[in-house]
Amino acid sequence: MPWRVLPLLLALLLPSLAAAQMLPGQGTQAEREGLEIGTSTSEIAITSDFRGADLTIFGAVTNTDDLLLAIGQYDVVVVLEGPREDATVRKKERVFGIWINASSMTFADVPHSYSMSSSRSIDDITTPLDLTGEGIGIDHIPLRPIDFAGNFNSLNEFRTAFRRLQQGGGLYERDPSGVRFVSSNLFKASLRLPANIPNGVHTVRAYLFKSGKFVTQKSQPLRVIKTGIEQTITDAAHEQPIFYGCFAVLMAVLTGWGASLIFRKD
Amino acid sequence: MTIYLPIAELSVNIFIILGMGAAVGFLSGMFGVGGGFLITPLLIFYNIPPVVAVATGANQVVASSISGAITHFRRGTLDMKLGSVLLVGGLSGATVGIWIFSLLRAIGQLDLFISLLYVVFLGAVGGLMLWESVNAMRRAARNEPPAPRRPGHQHWVHKLPLKVRFKKSKIYLSVIPIVTLGFAIGILTSVMGVGGGFIMVPAMIYLLRIPTNVVVGTSLFQIIFVTAYTTIVQAATNYSVDIVLAFFLMLAGVIGAQYGVRVGQRLRGEQLRALLGLLVLAVGLRLAVALVVTPEDIYSVVMGVGN
Repeated sequence: MPWRVLPLLLALLLPSLAAAQMLPGQGTQAEREGLEIGTSTSEIAITSDFRGADLTIFGAVTNTDDLLLAIGQYDVVVVLEGPREDATVRKKERVFGIWINASSMTFADVPHSYSMSSSRSIDDITTPLDLTGEGIGIDHIPLRPIDFAGNFNSLNEFRTAFRRLQQGGGLYERDPSGVRFVSSNLFKASLRLPANIPNGVHTVRAYLFKSGKFVTQKSQPLRVIKTGIEQTITDAAHEQPIFYGCFAVLMAVLTGWGASLIFRKD
Repeated sequence: MTIYLPIAELSVNIFIILGMGAAVGFLSGMFGVGGGFLITPLLIFYNIPPVVAVATGANQVVASSISGAITHFRRGTLDMKLGSVLLVGGLSGATVGIWIFSLLRAIGQLDLFISLLYVVFLGAVGGLMLWESVNAMRRAARNEPPAPRRPGHQHWVHKLPLKVRFKKSKIYLSVIPIVTLGFAIGILTSVMGVGGGFIMVPAMIYLLRIPTNVVVGTSLFQIIFVTAYTTIVQAATNYSVDIVLAFFLMLAGVIGAQYGVRVGQRLRGEQLRALLGLLVLAVGLRLAVALVVTPEDIYSVVMGVGN
């Protein structure tokens, strides 16, 4: 299959092309920088007493321009994005002296968790417009409303509240110094896994910027699996709910009956 | 020592949970109540999500009611026929209740609704209990006889059709009020996570004029089946029964109840009811305060499809 061989050929050819380059910053399409990331595993098993941890991701920037590299013109942003779900934000208001949920807005397909590390603050890397374009950063994750109850004009208010709440709960995090270059073009990113990290398929995404311009990105799935007795119980509750409910009742019957046998006075 | 509650999705101190179970068990043994109306608000105070607190509370009531029901069955103070008629209403009420529960959850008003129901019921029941017991104590202090009941008074309940004879209870009564009472209690079981004995027992005595000796056993009989049914349906529709939480509550609860019964036998009825009334009022007041004070954050977020 020629189209399968092509990338391999390019990879072999590219270093020589890069070496032949004379002036910095004048790369053509064929000499574009590449980005590679690697995780030691495609699956993380965490126990139920998990209190959060750091995940280290290594990566390499290929075909770099040595001069630009030397003056720190390359920036890397690495993100661990949780499974996408709909999120409903509710706002309380005082009605007859009681605080009740008066309005709400649902955003479609937002990541359940979002942990971002970068070589420096992303606001210093590029313009807000570029960040929004690529959807990079807590403040730039697209929040598309699909349902609302109340005043639609308060959209921005709900978006801000969502971002604030997710950060407050530790699900959305950022570390503007979490990416370090360990050699000229090899980098190490540490990402925070929150204690309440959701189960499911997460995505590791790495973005490369050169002189403030987005160059390329790479992504890789990472499965987070919770293990242990507690997870077995959660799975049973969701997959065999009738059986689970009957078991809960049986447990109650045996506990109540057992107590009346043990403490019987006659 | 902390344990992780898989359904509530939070870590709790196991000794607080055991202490809560034992304390409520002790009170339920002392006062002869199921304890669901105390355990559910206590769990909510301890930051357990109300959805989980209600479903788990219903499960806990199964355990706390069963030994009482066994005792009444042995003594023959349980009217199976009357209990079964109550149960027909109870099971349909619980089904409607689960439907209301899921609907309120979907529109984000469940927590508010649960709190409001508790404030109203705990306030009313606690207030009546306190009023009645204080009056009884004052009468006792003045050596007056207890307020006379008015027997033979032709009650509207006894004019209803579809009358059936209940041999064990020695009454001839229409099934309409019985099914209706069961139905109302069934709704409360699934929405509030209570057995409902604290409403059913007085209603059976004062409204339906059922002889006092069979009332407690029969209500326990209906409570066991309705709470068991609610547990299974809550598990199947809202996935909100936390079996780990329920287990520790039950274990401490049934042991606490045994000691509660012994202490309860040594205290006088009016004093007991006054104490329980005060306790019920205090729990209701605490919930009412939570509704009125400005929340830390007026925004909240729920993740997941279908919320």
